[in-house]
Amino acid sequence: MGLQYRAAALAGISTQAFWGGMEILMFCAFYRADPSAFPMSLESTSAYVWLQQAFLALFMGWVMENEIFESIQNGNIAYELCRPIGLYRMLFVRSLAYRLSRTVLRCFPILLIAAFLPSPYGISLPPTPAAGMLFLPGMALGLFVSVAFTMLIYSLAFFTISPAGIRMVALSALEILSGSILPIPFFPKGMRRVLEILPFAAMQNVPLRIYSGDISGYEAIRALSLQAFWLVVLVGTGVILMNRASKKVTLQGG
Amino acid sequence: MIEVQHLCKTFRVARRGAGFGQALHSLFRKDYAEIRALDDVSFSIQEGEMVGYIGPNGAGKSSTIKILSGILVPDSGSCIINGRVPWQDRISHVREIGVVFGQRTQLWWDVPVLDSYELLRDIYEVPEVVYQENLEEFTDLLNLSELLKTPVRQLSLGQRMRCEIAASLLHNPKILFLDEPTIGLDAVSKLAVRKFILKRNQFHHTTVILTTHDMQDIEALTKRIILIGRGKILLDGTLEDIPGSHGNMEQAMADLYRDYGI
Repeated sequence: MGLQYRAAALAGISTQAFWGGMEILMFCAFYRADPSAFPMSLESTSAYVWLQQAFLALFMGWVMENEIFESIQNGNIAYELCRPIGLYRMLFVRSLAYRLSRTVLRCFPILLIAAFLPSPYGISLPPTPAAGMLFLPGMALGLFVSVAFTMLIYSLAFFTISPAGIRMVALSALEILSGSILPIPFFPKGMRRVLEILPFAAMQNVPLRIYSGDISGYEAIRALSLQAFWLVVLVGTGVILMNRASKKVTLQGG
Repeated sequence: MIEVQHLCKTFRVARRGAGFGQALHSLFRKDYAEIRALDDVSFSIQEGEMVGYIGPNGAGKSSTIKILSGILVPDSGSCIINGRVPWQDRISHVREIGVVFGQRTQLWWDVPVLDSYELLRDIYEVPEVVYQENLEEFTDLLNLSELLKTPVRQLSLGQRMRCEIAASLLHNPKILFLDEPTIGLDAVSKLAVRKFILKRNQFHHTTVILTTHDMQDIEALTKRIILIGRGKILLDGTLEDIPGSHGNMEQAMADLYRDYGI
């Protein structure tokens, strides 16, 4: 569906390019105020911001399809249950496709713009080939963890008449805890340590920081393992919840 | 082969009066009404039969179909379809059935019809040869050639229904559940759809269970009728068993419902 609507893609590209630029200006202002208090180098921060914008649709927790929520509410989900595929698997793959199709169009133009900006405002290739190699599995795991989380929200939608409340709470929590408003290293030390263990950090914080070399070597491997761990937990919980949901709940509508 | 014995299903529906006072009251104590959607429903259907499942609104038709499709679990009773219990072996059961729920769409909204068909082909693992054969046949019989490349959201209701019916048969299901399949269709389309379903039944021995209020569909397609009212099976026979069925069908049905008190 992301490939079907071109105007939406163009709008997305310009919005995100602009947003990226503004965020970097803001970080520069902080940096000039006190460079020693900055937890990441300015280059790493800029790379973080640009990657976040380019791959927005991939990692963002709030990227959920209204269509799925509607179909749960009005009972159209009945059709999905008439398919010879587990519901969890169906919705998981569908969510992956939704995110990938939106990202594919938008990421390249944004990365291109960022590549031409002078350092330290732009983005350049990862500092070591190891960083580049670890970045890709980090991205994949981050994507899967993000989708696994949205699957939990979909499951919960079966149990309530309107999922709006759950979505709102989940969204807000997600934005802060996953490092999208502020990269996690910028949080005060105590909070930072907690946040780094939670599943939210596994979504985008880890791969983005691996890219710029902020996390490297042994620490990077550990972070990737933590991502994998959370993936298993979230998928396991999601599958159980969704099975419960589709069996027990009465489908609304005739 | 469909074998249904003593199915029962009760729904709890929240009830409250209108007005602010009632809304406040319901915050503290919810009043529930128990609706017996299915009350000891039993019947059996042989392979290749075409059955009309009729009854007034709220009689329990949709609940029965949902149970037969495996997406609703009854409170008690048994249901065996081709050797399986639908809600227990959902995935293997569902592979062999096709459903058309008239008021809902099973096609993906934003993309062309053909994309939906190809996705269904992949989900049901239909061999390419079979898929192409079916596609050609359906396109021809239901006049779909101009519709295939159009996104579903741009189709009219009648056009969409034709595409939906084709979609439900792509994987050659043994049983077809049709819930209001000709709703919103013009006369030409209705005739085409009926002809199409009859042909399917003739050549593939597809068992068809038709739920509709359109009595002409029933007359054209089915020989056997099962009448359900307030959750109970009231009649299991043929159209001839309904008094007045040779005259105005709608009037005959209305009289029938009145006689049964449903």
